[in-house]
Amino acid sequence: MANKIIKARDLSFYYGDFKALKNINIDVVKNEVLAFIGPSGCGKSTFLRILNRMSDLVEGTKVEGSITYNEQDIFSMDPIELRKGVGMVFQKPNPFPMSIYDNIAYGPRMQGIKKKADLDAIVEDSLKKAAIWDEVKDKLKKNAISLSGGQQQRICIARSIAMNPEILLMDEPTSALDPISTLKIEDLINELKKQYTIVIVTHNMQQAARISDRTAFFLLGELVEVGPTDKLFDQPEDKRTEDYITGRFG
Amino acid sequence: MDKVMKKVFWCFAALTMTVVAFMGVYIIANGLPFFKHTSLWAFLTGKNWMPSGEIFGIFPMLVASLYATIGAMVIAIIVGVSTAIVLVELLPAKLAALLSAAVDLLAGIPSVIYGFWGLMVVVPLINDLWGGKGAGSSLLAVIFILALMVLPTVIRMTEVSLRAVPNEYKEGALALGSSRLQYIFKVQLKAASSGTLAGIILAIGRALGETMAVILVAGNTALLPQSITDPVRTLTANIAIEMGYASGVHQQALFATGMVLFVLIIAINLAMHMLNTRTERRERRESKGKNTL
Amino acid sequence: MKAKEKILYSLLGIIAFSTFGMLIWILSYIFIKGIGNVDLIGLMPAIITTIYMVVIGLVIAVPIGMGTAIYLNEYAKPSKFVKGIRFSTECLAAVPSILFGLFGMMFFVTQLKLGYSILAGGLTVALMILPTVVKTTEEALKTVPLSYREGSLALGASKFSTIMKVVLPSAVPGILAGIVFSTGRIIGETAAIYLTAGMVFRVPGNVMESGRTLSVHLYMLAKEGISLEQAYGTAIVLLMVVLGLNLLTYVIGRKMKNGK
Repeated sequence: MANKIIKARDLSFYYGDFKALKNINIDVVKNEVLAFIGPSGCGKSTFLRILNRMSDLVEGTKVEGSITYNEQDIFSMDPIELRKGVGMVFQKPNPFPMSIYDNIAYGPRMQGIKKKADLDAIVEDSLKKAAIWDEVKDKLKKNAISLSGGQQQRICIARSIAMNPEILLMDEPTSALDPISTLKIEDLINELKKQYTIVIVTHNMQQAARISDRTAFFLLGELVEVGPTDKLFDQPEDKRTEDYITGRFG
Repeated sequence: MDKVMKKVFWCFAALTMTVVAFMGVYIIANGLPFFKHTSLWAFLTGKNWMPSGEIFGIFPMLVASLYATIGAMVIAIIVGVSTAIVLVELLPAKLAALLSAAVDLLAGIPSVIYGFWGLMVVVPLINDLWGGKGAGSSLLAVIFILALMVLPTVIRMTEVSLRAVPNEYKEGALALGSSRLQYIFKVQLKAASSGTLAGIILAIGRALGETMAVILVAGNTALLPQSITDPVRTLTANIAIEMGYASGVHQQALFATGMVLFVLIIAINLAMHMLNTRTERRERRESKGKNTL
Repeated sequence: MKAKEKILYSLLGIIAFSTFGMLIWILSYIFIKGIGNVDLIGLMPAIITTIYMVVIGLVIAVPIGMGTAIYLNEYAKPSKFVKGIRFSTECLAAVPSILFGLFGMMFFVTQLKLGYSILAGGLTVALMILPTVVKTTEEALKTVPLSYREGSLALGASKFSTIMKVVLPSAVPGILAGIVFSTGRIIGETAAIYLTAGMVFRVPGNVMESGRTLSVHLYMLAKEGISLEQAYGTAIVLLMVVLGLNLLTYVIGRKMKNGK
């Protein structure tokens, strides 16, 4: 398939001597929402963070195998270039301690966009796409830290969108939020998949079932099973997947 | 770009280290030649300091510095730890916060003001009460001023470590029927001992190193003190007073005095360093123990 | 309550009370004696010299110290080199100011032939506050949450622009508090400056001239017993400046808490 934008082959990852990921093989298809599920410590977040090399930030780690992004080996790419195409939204909302406007304009400015009109347009567009424009349009100069947790998370999503990435990685983006904010983010993800490819880690199986097209189940550093979400939840091929989704462990 | 900036910052760090190393080496290099003139042993134990006769013995100054530091620390520890206990355990939070700010204030007062106040108030007071060869300028005055100067350090470090003691200890101790004071002295102070000790070592360094405030109240005669009301000269004062006009061997002797001071300070610092690593190691071991439970 | 406990309680109370009694005594003594003797015009030479000293000290120490801290906290991986820097700054922080004076006098004044000058004094105090700047900047950088760095890097920002645009701005209050604290140390310093900047009491024309800071001025007046009125006047000005800086640190600290 030509629209596989990420391909991981035999990927293993070590923290020191500990093998955190074991020979992972998986593809990410354009414009899908792919969910990673599994008990905590199973390696799903670790794998997600390798996809845009945020894993570089941890000392003493080692990678084996390969991952390609648009047929390019990500480990020989400039991580800065990689991250421009592969954005990330974190578990805890992390807006910078500056105004809402400056948060969104941070990325575009870094790319050299200076004209106020251009920046205004990007900020407005990104905030609209992140479904938060109506809530913040009158207070763009306000510090982003003053917003509620759910709003902060959507600001962070808008901040990623402003870079116009191809893929958005989301690391349990709703786990720190209340149920209403969570629903808003889920609706947003449904909207966003029209334009972007989304890989989301979630500890919430219902969430995975609600929003994803395909789901991958990780256990103890292994990718146990990956397939269309309906099928994985209704007729899992692997006994361990079945045990997990029926709540027998984890 | 990123790699270039990393190198730039590395250069700053390397510069910092070079500067420190250079300073240490420089002081030692300027002091070492002196020991061709007088042996280290004769220097440390010599009771006479007569630069004009090229006789250099710093024993009186060494003793004065040690007496002054020990005396000041005894007072500062008793008063400082007590004050910290009162602040943390006995006073209402708002008042304690206010007095904590006052302690910071005390820490910020320049040493020369302590010295000036000592000269104007403490020295005449000692003269009125006990007299003495220096008309009040004395070891006692030095001890008093140094104790006052290091007090904020002791209070603050003790306060912080007392506050860090988990409340469970308190609940546990009180539930066993011990009184508040028993808890404070038998449990809390022990649990806070490493932080308190770090504060004490810091304070020792300050007391040993203080110069100008000491000169103002010490009397500065380079003789062995026979009583606490005798005037004294400390190692630091010796350097400051004579550096302005010293030359040749005399200047080298002052550098050698600086070296002795330097070695004392580094030794104290090393002790603290070792204490820290030991505490850290112990804490790590303890938390490991918890994990396996 | 047992009698013994009662005695202990009162003892603790008396000791704590005397601590704050001493503080009040010192402050009120300087205020009462000094308030009528303030002569700002007469002190101008010392005030200007002090400002020179602070500016030179900070201009040299702050960039180097901040650069070192940024290297240690943002770039360095644990290594012998890093351990060496940490240990040497710790040592430098513990070195008494008289030793800086001794070094400054031999190296800057004599060997580099700067003479007793404000420049020699400024270089010496820069050395003296360097470890403080490193330490406080490092502490400030440590309080910046990792998530800010991650957020910026995940947007494809380079490490350097992450540091400049996200990390440093968030650390500003802490760094500022360190600089204010260092300023206080320079203003309060006597021994190191006395041995390197000399004690000529006039408005310095340039940094190669000798000058006398407020602290050195107070020391000279007290030591020589020239004029007690002037000494009291100088002491109160010095104290006010330091109290002002203390207040500033406090305000910055408050802002830091509210910012979060």
